[in-house]
Amino acid sequence: MYEFTYHRPGSIADAVKLLAGDPDARPMSGGMTLIPTLKQRLARPTSVVDLSGIAELKGITVSGGTVKIGGMTTHAAVATSAEVQKAIPALAKLAAHIGDNQVRNRGTIGGSVANHDPAADYPGALLGLGATVHTDKRTIAADDFFTGMFSTALNPGEIVTAVSFPVPEKAAYAKFPNPASRYAMVGVFVAKGPSGVRVAVTGAGADGAFRHKAMEEALATKWSASALEGITTPQDTLNGDIHASKEYRAHLIGVMARRALAAAG
Amino acid sequence: MPRVSLTVNGKPVSAEVEDRTLLVELLRETLRLTGTHVGCDTSQCGACVVHVNGDSIKSCTLLARQAEGAEVVTIEGLAAADGTLHPMQEAFREYHALQCGFCTPGMVMSAIDLVKKNPQGLSEQEIREGLEGNLCRCTGYHNIVKAIDAAQQVMHGKVKELPRAAAE
Ligand SMILES: Cc1cc2nc3c(=O)[nH]c(=O)nc-3n(C[C@H](O)[C@H](O)[C@H](O)COP(=O)(O)OP(=O)(O)OC[C@H]3O[C@@H](n4cnc5c(N)ncnc54)[C@H](O)[C@@H]3O)c2cc1C
Ligand code: FES
Ligand code: FES
Repeated sequence: MYEFTYHRPGSIADAVKLLAGDPDARPMSGGMTLIPTLKQRLARPTSVVDLSGIAELKGITVSGGTVKIGGMTTHAAVATSAEVQKAIPALAKLAAHIGDNQVRNRGTIGGSVANHDPAADYPGALLGLGATVHTDKRTIAADDFFTGMFSTALNPGEIVTAVSFPVPEKAAYAKFPNPASRYAMVGVFVAKGPSGVRVAVTGAGADGAFRHKAMEEALATKWSASALEGITTPQDTLNGDIHASKEYRAHLIGVMARRALAAAG
Repeated sequence: MPRVSLTVNGKPVSAEVEDRTLLVELLRETLRLTGTHVGCDTSQCGACVVHVNGDSIKSCTLLARQAEGAEVVTIEGLAAADGTLHPMQEAFREYHALQCGFCTPGMVMSAIDLVKKNPQGLSEQEIREGLEGNLCRCTGYHNIVKAIDAAQQVMHGKVKELPRAAAE
């Protein structure tokens, strides 16, 4: 690891100040992505701004049909939250299958969405539920947030403070995990609710998570696995790598969508 | 150099570290607690698992300074002062849940957290899924799962004595 200076501010304002004063400073939440990146010398920040001391970034509130999750909330906290399990069980279940117990004890929703790993699970839920990302400066609709593989609408130094999800009528997530890493080879999130019928695909897109318009239209007409028959996914925008070819991922999208729909009921 | 102060295996500890020092480096190199192992560079193997404030975490993926003020427990902190093993350690011995032993400290630390957080008891399948973050290159998983199943019965007070392994 290259040298850097470690900071642990106690408020969002202090964190923003530290980041604004130095273009090569990086925020850190759980560190489950950032620290491995530093260890492999793939990044060389001048300073690391640990957000874990900021109480305002933690916690889950459910009110008026919205579940709001603070950016520093761990995957384990979301998975075991009785409130999330009741309001959006699909979201609790998604969090319960990210990586492993030790990753879930540290990794956070804020870090996951800011990172936008194309194989991460949360981006599927954000797009599938029509979530809103809150930052220290503004709110951004999930549809406008994920702009490409490992890239988002965040400006340098901008911090994800929370994500809010409208409570759906029905929702489910089906993931085909990479057997080694548990990241999604393909994950499909389906939902029906205040944001309409939505189908989001993660793990497969060359530009990261995306909405599957053809499936959304078919399910809006008829909420049933039979409506998905014959719908294919164009392969030109999919990701092909050592884990799976584009063709295989395109096929898995159909399988995972049908599984998610069956689970959503 | 900055100083970090924390509790390790019940004892207060204070040490000079670099900002980039990992918790596992502090444990192994400064405190000489070499029971915690390092098996990979990718945060995947779990050989380095310790408890921080009651949660199992990968100490290779935490800066020492992130553990400021924390209660850390390592494999060295499990046995009682008189040498009596923790039920999970005892079960690993009884069920021969190790071959080379490299993954064992991490397995034991993960297993204790897993059992503690599931007071309702775990099925064999759930134990296997709960060990997702620990790799055993000797692939001794079968006996590890048996050991954890036996230990959970003692830890939850279902039985007083560890069920003995069947004679081969
Ligand atoms: C072995 C292993 C298996 C995994 N398996 C999965 C899996 O199955 N599915 C999955 O989805 N993920 C998986 N992950 C990733 C894990 O979920 C990470 O926790 C997550 O991607 C990043 O969250 P973090 O809190 O650790 O972020 P960090 O590592 O702290 O940060 C990640 C990036 O986001 C930036 N950042 C962090 N917080 C903020 C913020 N609040 N605002 C703005 N920028 C911020 C950082 O600067 C950094 O660039 C796995 C990780 C490991 C090590
Ligand atoms: S050494 Fe920590 S996970 Fe491998
Ligand atoms: S016993 Fe050798 S790695 Fe598990």
